[in-house]
Amino acid sequence: MSVRFDRPVEAIVIGASSGGVEALTRVLPALSADTRASVFVVLHLPRERGSLLVDVFAPRCKLPVREVHDKDPIAAGTIYFAPPDYHLLIDEGPQLALSMDEPVEFSRPSVSVLFETAAAVYGDRLLALLLTGAGSDGAAGMQAVQRAGGLTVVQQPESARMPQMPAAALERISVDHVLTLEEIMTMFQALPRAGRA
Amino acid sequence: MSLVPTDPSVNDVELKLLVEAIYHAYHYDFRRYARASLRRRLSAAMLRFDCRTLSQLQGRLLHESDVFAELLDYLTVQVSDMFRDPSYFRALREKVVPLLRTYPSLKIWIAGCSSGEEAYSMAILLREEGLLERSLIYATDINPNALRRAEAGIYDAAKVADFTRNHHLSGGRSSLSDYYSAAYDRVIFDKNLRRNIVFSDHSLATDSVFAEVQLVSCRNVLIYFDRELQSRALDLFHESLCRKGFLGIGLRESLRFSSHADSFVEVAREDRIYQKADAR
Repeated sequence: MSVRFDRPVEAIVIGASSGGVEALTRVLPALSADTRASVFVVLHLPRERGSLLVDVFAPRCKLPVREVHDKDPIAAGTIYFAPPDYHLLIDEGPQLALSMDEPVEFSRPSVSVLFETAAAVYGDRLLALLLTGAGSDGAAGMQAVQRAGGLTVVQQPESARMPQMPAAALERISVDHVLTLEEIMTMFQALPRAGRA
Repeated sequence: MSLVPTDPSVNDVELKLLVEAIYHAYHYDFRRYARASLRRRLSAAMLRFDCRTLSQLQGRLLHESDVFAELLDYLTVQVSDMFRDPSYFRALREKVVPLLRTYPSLKIWIAGCSSGEEAYSMAILLREEGLLERSLIYATDINPNALRRAEAGIYDAAKVADFTRNHHLSGGRSSLSDYYSAAYDRVIFDKNLRRNIVFSDHSLATDSVFAEVQLVSCRNVLIYFDRELQSRALDLFHESLCRKGFLGIGLRESLRFSSHADSFVEVAREDRIYQKADAR
């Protein structure tokens, strides 16, 4: 199954929980160096382990990898990770924002908080991808992305290390694409690139 | 010109009107708060007050006096921990306390103290370092409910295990249990700690400097402000600090985008502790 893009993708939001490091290690390196979209990732991790994210992913990715600080400007073709124990939000501008509000779906950072705020800012220029994980964080966020006209993609639950998170989104909305990790990598390679229309 | 409002822009108009209404009716200024967080908090409040739109919420808060008092909790309250980010407090002990010792009397400002966890943490740290008796801690917030809770110093006993662990990791020399007594499912912190803390109403958005202090600690408050309001708050801190005074901010906050990037020098980079630079 291949995904064709009929409009520009300005931003990609990705949510993952248990099994997420492994899944992200496969899909993020598939983004080519001339990807135009900004990429925002929420990965649930124990609080103490978070600051290793850049060390783990930067050497494997063709795009620069950053952990977000409050009010960082957003650059094209850059992967931003939510810092541990903060919600990551996309604010007007667009601009990155953090909050220490209560956990949502027992999670901080919460996938849904990122997805909902990104949907409000990017509308139909957003691609949302929900990967492996236990729990149901992200389902509400996927719904918000779909309502705003964005493209919704989930990892095929049967192929995910933990099927609950993508399955919860599938129960809630009619997702645009249900893909294996290989298919997600192919989709990333088909993204509109810099210098091409 | 369109006669049919599109959904997102209606929302923007309503949000702007709501914060203006709050400002004019209650003199609380949320106009320069970061929008995405404010929106989420207002969405939670809309559920609580059973309002379908922000306009409905605006009507209720203008006409029902008790609605605003409760809404203020939705807009401002932060749940925190004692000795949150232990490495911050360890860095204070190692890099700031030795200089604080050289002052005959100390004033410390905890800006945005919410329900007081950081103020008590600071008081315990100063007690352990033998400085509390000559210190005055100003703990300020805009929410009177939060200030009352802070003054009471009563916390959920279920959180004490985390508090204790954080305190230990922060380099605590005493046992945290020396400072509280437990009753049922609550703990209450020692009144003697409170003797050196003044809890007070102060707004970083609308009020001015009230004292000269040697240390300002304002963590995870600036993230809720837009850049302009962040600059205003940093102006206040800069003006309030004595020569070579210290400023601590949240671990994911930064002075980089403010007009004060060059007014402070780093003391503990990872822990976001700065020292006021001499004027050039």
